[in-house]
Amino acid sequence: MFNRRPEWRADNQPRRVTITLDGMAVEAFEGDSVAAALLSANPVFTRRSPVSGAPRAPYCMMGICFECLVEIDGVPNRQACMIPVRDGMAVKRQVPPPAVNAPAESAHES
Amino acid sequence: MKADVMVIGAGPAGLSAATEAARHGLKVMLLDEQASPGGQIYRALARNTPPPAGAPDILGEDYWRGRPLLDAIDQAAVEYVPGATVWTAETDPLTVGYLKDERSFLRAARSLIIATGAYERPVPVPGWTLPGVMSAGAAQILMKAGGAALNGRIVLAGSGPLLQLVTCQLLKSGAEIAGLLETTTTKDYLAAARHLPRALRARDLLRKGLEMRRTIKASGIRVHKGVTNLQCHGKETVDGISFESRGKPDRIEADLVLLHEGVVPHVQMSRLLDLSHEWFEPQRYWRPVVDEWGETSAKGVFIAGDGAGIDGARAAEASGRLAALQAAAQLGALPNAERDEQAGAAFAQKAKEQRIRPLLDHLYRPPAHIVCPEDPSTIVCRCEEVCVRDIHACMETGCDGPNQLKAYSRCGMGPCQGRMCGLTVSELMAKQRGVTPDEVGYYRIRTPIKPIPLSALAAMEADEEVVAS
Amino acid sequence: MVGAAVAYGLARAGAHVRVLDEGDTAFRAARGNFGLTWVQTKGLGNQPYFELTRASVDGWTALAEELHEVSGIDLAYRRNGGLVICIGDSEAEERRRFIASFKQQAGNENYDCAFIDRPELQELFPNAEIGPTVSGASFSPMDGHVNPLFLLRAFSGGLKRHGGSAHTGHAVKEIRRSGSVFEVRTGDHTFQADKVVIAAGLGTEHLARMVGLDVPVRPERGQVLVTERTSPVFPYPMSGLRQTDEGTVMIGATREDVGYDTGTTVQGFAGMTRRAIASFPFLAQLRLVRGWGALRVLTPDGGPVYAESESHPGAYVATCHSGVTLASMHANLLPRWVLENRRPSELSTFGPERFHVQPAA
Repeated sequence: MFNRRPEWRADNQPRRVTITLDGMAVEAFEGDSVAAALLSANPVFTRRSPVSGAPRAPYCMMGICFECLVEIDGVPNRQACMIPVRDGMAVKRQVPPPAVNAPAESAHES
Repeated sequence: MKADVMVIGAGPAGLSAATEAARHGLKVMLLDEQASPGGQIYRALARNTPPPAGAPDILGEDYWRGRPLLDAIDQAAVEYVPGATVWTAETDPLTVGYLKDERSFLRAARSLIIATGAYERPVPVPGWTLPGVMSAGAAQILMKAGGAALNGRIVLAGSGPLLQLVTCQLLKSGAEIAGLLETTTTKDYLAAARHLPRALRARDLLRKGLEMRRTIKASGIRVHKGVTNLQCHGKETVDGISFESRGKPDRIEADLVLLHEGVVPHVQMSRLLDLSHEWFEPQRYWRPVVDEWGETSAKGVFIAGDGAGIDGARAAEASGRLAALQAAAQLGALPNAERDEQAGAAFAQKAKEQRIRPLLDHLYRPPAHIVCPEDPSTIVCRCEEVCVRDIHACMETGCDGPNQLKAYSRCGMGPCQGRMCGLTVSELMAKQRGVTPDEVGYYRIRTPIKPIPLSALAAMEADEEVVAS
Repeated sequence: MVGAAVAYGLARAGAHVRVLDEGDTAFRAARGNFGLTWVQTKGLGNQPYFELTRASVDGWTALAEELHEVSGIDLAYRRNGGLVICIGDSEAEERRRFIASFKQQAGNENYDCAFIDRPELQELFPNAEIGPTVSGASFSPMDGHVNPLFLLRAFSGGLKRHGGSAHTGHAVKEIRRSGSVFEVRTGDHTFQADKVVIAAGLGTEHLARMVGLDVPVRPERGQVLVTERTSPVFPYPMSGLRQTDEGTVMIGATREDVGYDTGTTVQGFAGMTRRAIASFPFLAQLRLVRGWGALRVLTPDGGPVYAESESHPGAYVATCHSGVTLASMHANLLPRWVLENRRPSELSTFGPERFHVQPAA
């Protein structure tokens, strides 16, 4: 989704950290939010809606929309756009468990 | 330990409020959700640097102007807590609960200055939940904080100064802009024209606006005007956007769609505290009712900055100072005469910044087809996936208020707690009932205003820093 | 909720029904509802209340199916048993005694509830480890749960389907007899009706007086918490803890006497959360998404009140604490009373006169 321009930063060569996304290594810069790091890896989507399973990705990047919810180091539903990356962080995309159905949607068909 | 002044939010309003309050010897605590100060406008400023002479300044001079605010807060005797998410607050007694590193703290204060700013008005169009569709501000955040040069075919759509600015910033960064779709209409230009004389007295701001328009024009990108019927397309990710420009249908292939229709005050805190709000018709949002110092309907509770109505960063800085001066006076740290003397410059700065607002507020009025989406399949509540059609269906069975709608449909009940659907819901219900959104009202906002882990909640009374009220 | 059920039942029976309701931010007891259809703790010392409750729950499956059909809304009703979790030995002891007393009152067969120990309890929850201080639980197959918000919507939809109408934003100011009809005035409007049913929750006392009935009610605040969605962990509802069909976990509820304050308290939240975590420690890592306080309706003895006015025949009052559990009864028995002018024998002991009996000298 984007190329890095480290020359924009005061430290010019920011420290690189590595996080994992669903087990795959993703390179990031220190100071990145988890959401920015994920987007840099072109993940297509960063979670699936627990209601319909539709793909979602960060929308606001500033803590408002909650579209960037991911599991970080085993803790689910964390706001990726508000949390800075840390070396070795394990991030997982959330997909709804199959048994959780979508009553809101079915109810609205009436 | 009780704070004299508790400031929430470290954008321009919060930084200047905290700095000013500390200058009068008050014990100041500054809570901010981000990891570094600056708010959205000066985001990541501390670690960025202006380009060397000759290189394009992508973020622009207004961004670098935040530096003195950051330097001042560094020097000030302020207990600054970054990474602090406020999840509850009450006025009697004045208390704020926040989450830091997954632990919760409850702190009492004598004065509260809420400087939680604004966020971009949600733009509910069909397909806006697709990956690859973001707010224009989100793209700017990636540039500021991520050092990101966005690639792929980008389409920007909507209206407002920030849309223009982001377009210019993207152009300077060398991004490929496949189109700029402006929803502003000729009627908006005419309505705005009568506010031009006042805006002319804010020549600086006007000049910047015109410069941005020139930059866009000179770039040769495709600009479509009078755009309606926006619709984002794609399966797993966005691949294009269709629209009508002055009634003529069109479609552009895109890898990234950036939506923007202005910004609205972030009222979650002021609603939680049950403060008085008023409907601001030109920009169709609610704002808390405040006096000239920013004091709300609750004594000792202030709103500084865009959270009280959109006036921009420089006005926010001034209003932060004004709130701090009044708080200092109320707490006995500053005689009224001195308060007035020191407030002069801030009042003048705020007034100057406000001169251009009537022009902008009328030129960039959010269009009816955006604030009140007509396509029945448009998702209004992204968290619970409640569509326009569902809201109409609920209303048919006798539900005519946002709070009943929650109960009927789960609309507004997800993790964003109504931030993304609240305005749209009130507008849709108002239109259906033939009344104003103010008459319909807004969601009742309750604790927690941000999700909090149960572990932190359960440990509340065990925390040493909890202040018994 | 009581009004919605009665109105639905009346419309289904062919009556022409109008529902007058307050606006968007009214004190709606239904908001505080936890969604339990609950029998095991209802009516110790009040056998008719127990029988009424059990009969209502016996009719719930049919009600849920009927509402699904008429409104298209699946209420997610499950009646596969419910539990009261005990923490520490004294709670377990107390629960055992409670069950024994109830069985004595209602008869062993009729009161279907048993105490189960830790291993048995853990077996019921294969995906959720119980806390170390949990001492057991009572389990009753009589109990179940439902989505209470959908229930309210289904009643409204069903009412409309049967030709009734709902008017919100119409708080009732006055009810009076005018010749052979009642006149009900709300702000600018006056509605006429042959019969009036007052089911106004905390507003009942005030409105009932207008038709010569004295029905004392008072508010009891319940704070309720809801977490983010999680994978299925609780196959059974518990008193104060259940997983909704969409995956959120509800934690409740406080019982506070704080007048008409619907606010929430950090202390209330913390207390409920601690108990929930003591029951199931994994809950500690879930996030609270919403919390609210709602006012429930409490009569002096906690039982429901059903009455027809003697001074104003054709005016009825119905109010209770358990609008969901008793919903099937409200939708079936009460409409019959109103339309057939004959009080069903099951309801004979629930008049408000029971609160006004002078103690024997």
